[in-house]
Amino acid sequence: MEEVSSNVVHATLPRKQASLSGYINGFILSIIFTVWAYVATTHHTWTHNKLIAALLVLASAQFLVQVFFFLHIGHETKPRWKLLLLVMMVIFVLILVLGSIWIMNNLNYRMTPDQMNTYMLKQDGGI
Amino acid sequence: MLGLFAGFLGRLTLDQLPHNPVTAGAAASMVLIVIAGIIAMTYFKKWRWLWDEWLTTTNHKRIGVMYIIVALVMLLRGLADALMMRAQQATAASPSHGLMSPEMFQQVFSAHGTIMIFFVGMGLMFGIINLVLPQGLGARDVAFPFLNATSFWLFTAGMLLINMSLVIGEFSAAGWLAYPPLSELKYSPGVGVDYWIWSLQIAGIGSLLSGINFMTTILKMRAPGMSMMKIPMFAWNVFGSMVLVAFAFPILTVTLTLLYLDRAFGMHFFTAGGGGNAMMYVNLIWAWGHPEVYILVLPAFGVFSEIVPTFSRKRLFGYTSMVYATWGIVFLSFIVWLHHFFTMGAGADVNAFFGIMTMAIAIPTGVKIFNWLFTMYQGQIRFTSPMVWFLGFVFLFTIGGVTGVLMAVPAIDYQVHNSLFLVAHFHNMIISGVVFGFFAGLTYWFPKIFGFRLNERIGKYAAYCWIGGFALAFFPLYILGLMGATRRLDHYDASLGWQPLFIVAGIGAMIIALGVGLQILQLIVSIFQRNNNRDLTGDPWNARTLEWATSSPPPEYNFATIPLVTERDAFWVAKQKGTKTIPSHDYHPIQVAKNTSSGIFIGVASFIAAFGFVWHIWWLVLLALAGALATIFYQTLREDEAGERTIPAAEIAATEAAFRKQKEAA
Amino acid sequence: MSDIATNNATVLAEQQTNDGKTLFGFWAYIMTDCLLFASLFATYAVLHGNTAGGESGRDLFSLPYILVETFALLTSSFTCGLAMLAANRHAKRQTALWLGITFALGLVFLVMELTEFGRLAREGNGWQRSGFLSSYFTLVGTHGLHITIGLVWMAALASRVWLKGFTRATLRRLSMFSLFWHFLDIVWIFIFTIVYMLGAA
Repeated sequence: MEEVSSNVVHATLPRKQASLSGYINGFILSIIFTVWAYVATTHHTWTHNKLIAALLVLASAQFLVQVFFFLHIGHETKPRWKLLLLVMMVIFVLILVLGSIWIMNNLNYRMTPDQMNTYMLKQDGGI
Repeated sequence: MLGLFAGFLGRLTLDQLPHNPVTAGAAASMVLIVIAGIIAMTYFKKWRWLWDEWLTTTNHKRIGVMYIIVALVMLLRGLADALMMRAQQATAASPSHGLMSPEMFQQVFSAHGTIMIFFVGMGLMFGIINLVLPQGLGARDVAFPFLNATSFWLFTAGMLLINMSLVIGEFSAAGWLAYPPLSELKYSPGVGVDYWIWSLQIAGIGSLLSGINFMTTILKMRAPGMSMMKIPMFAWNVFGSMVLVAFAFPILTVTLTLLYLDRAFGMHFFTAGGGGNAMMYVNLIWAWGHPEVYILVLPAFGVFSEIVPTFSRKRLFGYTSMVYATWGIVFLSFIVWLHHFFTMGAGADVNAFFGIMTMAIAIPTGVKIFNWLFTMYQGQIRFTSPMVWFLGFVFLFTIGGVTGVLMAVPAIDYQVHNSLFLVAHFHNMIISGVVFGFFAGLTYWFPKIFGFRLNERIGKYAAYCWIGGFALAFFPLYILGLMGATRRLDHYDASLGWQPLFIVAGIGAMIIALGVGLQILQLIVSIFQRNNNRDLTGDPWNARTLEWATSSPPPEYNFATIPLVTERDAFWVAKQKGTKTIPSHDYHPIQVAKNTSSGIFIGVASFIAAFGFVWHIWWLVLLALAGALATIFYQTLREDEAGERTIPAAEIAATEAAFRKQKEAA
Repeated sequence: MSDIATNNATVLAEQQTNDGKTLFGFWAYIMTDCLLFASLFATYAVLHGNTAGGESGRDLFSLPYILVETFALLTSSFTCGLAMLAANRHAKRQTALWLGITFALGLVFLVMELTEFGRLAREGNGWQRSGFLSSYFTLVGTHGLHITIGLVWMAALASRVWLKGFTRATLRRLSMFSLFWHFLDIVWIFIFTIVYMLGAA
């Protein structure tokens, strides 16, 4: 029958994918990651740089948890367009955010007088 | 006089109507044309027709036509600005000050750039995508027809707002990108920059919605059997472009908002004090701005990918490599944006990274150019007007591209940044890329949409004028740039010896204007000659893709039966085998989206809200936003009931039978 | 197959395709919204140190308060999931119940956030004070604006479910809404981490 497109989606709502256990797992894991991040910050468990890294890892982990358990990405049938779009989004977000930080930081210490002094002194092997 | 209502109307007062004769004249002619249009419509009793057939349509073909009409009207305005700038620079060798004041000149070049990029470039592009994309995929319409109409009306609302700035208030004098601190309240206290912000903001949201719409159309509405590697190359390019739209336009939305927040609410994102950082604006706006130029040019590449095979009577060379090249361009276009501000002061490591990435992006572009040339090689070339546009493009675009690679070297860019060399480069890319691509596409698909061919001879003459005129108008600018001429100069010292080059450039601009005149003539003549040039077969060029299988113009539903596709260039294959692309039996009733007035109401509400934002009339903003929200809510209610209308099978059978008879008689 | 069966199968197939199309389109919109927030995050990252002589995040934010807000929103994301499960079962009462709880928790979040904004503004740390505060208010405020829109949408959907039951369109819209609501909690993960946790670090 010609009208049936090859892209028919067999489950319009995430019937097969969604289950109570999925949501509960996601919820509990999210709580764990949130509390961990909170305690690490308020109790100064790690040094500054390690804390930053840890917080970002915890945030990314919680992101993945919620994307998998709450948004059901990873459960879809092929072709996995939603996943592709998600991956593209993550890539472009990282480019924009990290790129902007890199560029602006670079510009800031070169283009701001007092910071320029600090930078130049460092270059001379000073501070 | 309006003191009583001072708070009521924000900063709007009667003395915001234009003072100087040129602006007042332009504004008055614009208003008069609109009034004349209204009188004509009333006299010929065409309001009902306009409302039912055009203003409330959700059909992609009609929406495409409307986009193109708006874009072409704005092209005339942008060209007028260009001619004014050329005239000014050709006559402003000191001690002369040319024809206009510096303030006027600043508004003219700001308007020129803004109009050309946002309303001509984006408009032509969305227009042609609307016209062609669904049919090429074997689909009946885009994924979200109502959203499509809304996008068009948002685009038009933005266009109306920028034209409104001519009638009341002023336009921005801060260039087409409005860098702070100049665009901040302190240095641009008037409404100009706010008009700029809001017309772009609304049009930008329209574009973003279209990006989502077309992406979904390509992924979800292909004919059965049409896997991604069988879609027309135009569709691949549109897909890449729409991915860029989806991921780049939100950056513009945010940046415009932040600038507005600085201006209207005293925030400190980009201000010179209070912890603002004006360089961050430049960073953000170009993070959007670079993808934007690829958004514009990729569909033009797609148009050429359709035209060259047809007129070489040979399939596109290297389809797979074209796909990879397209995605290479999409990805790379997101990591080159700093090349627009090499001179802002970043270090060598930052500049070098972006310089190398910029050079890299020339590679996939080169792949495309070679593939087109290889397609032509040993083909049976037909020298039609679309091919004339293509050949002009190949020659000119390559030159422009090479100047781009030149400027990708930061050390060289330090010499030519913001000079006329840069101006020549980007006009080179946009005119020979986007504009020629569009004109080629318009000439190519015109018979499909309107049912008759355009006059080929006049079309070729117009193309020659554009190609020669472009060279005359912009090659002198390359030379001037290398000689040290800065951009946006309203006058210069006569001893520099630049005037002769500016005069040549002015002549070139006039030849382009002649080309435009010929195009208008072409349209008029073609309309008069339409009965002799009717396209009766639906396939006037002996082309390759599915859109040519329908009648010209196609029926509302495009395909009576959705074709089953087994390979690329399905229509061509069917023609060679002597089979029918669209089966001519077993017609079922077809559902099409109903007309709706919600699109135009949302456009109107957005226009009013934006006007309120510009003039700080807050109650108007709230009212208009509430109106837009209510319209959306009403539309969703309506969709529940019956958002679609059915075309009965009998009517379809009759339409198709008529087309078959017409084809046999031809 | 008989004509009627063929027609029904066609209609069902078309509806499923329509649903798939619409849900994908909404997903694409969510992806663009992520870029919107990314731009705001980039701006915050660049400007967070520009306090113009004023106080920084460390002095201004109350972490316990933020934790409560975070738990409210996180729980509402969970209960939204439960509402979706109930909707799939066409359980009207349960759906309304879980949506109601989601709404209440979302409202708690919003009120807490607005209260904090008000306090900052009254102390003289409003959005006009510095680049840091402008970017803080805009980033967190944009999230709050999305939450507000979500609450309005949720109320409209809940009433439609209550009055008209589970039509195909309503189920589709519930799917879209839950996608939106989950996405807002995901964005909050990053606001919580980058603005509040890293701000205090």
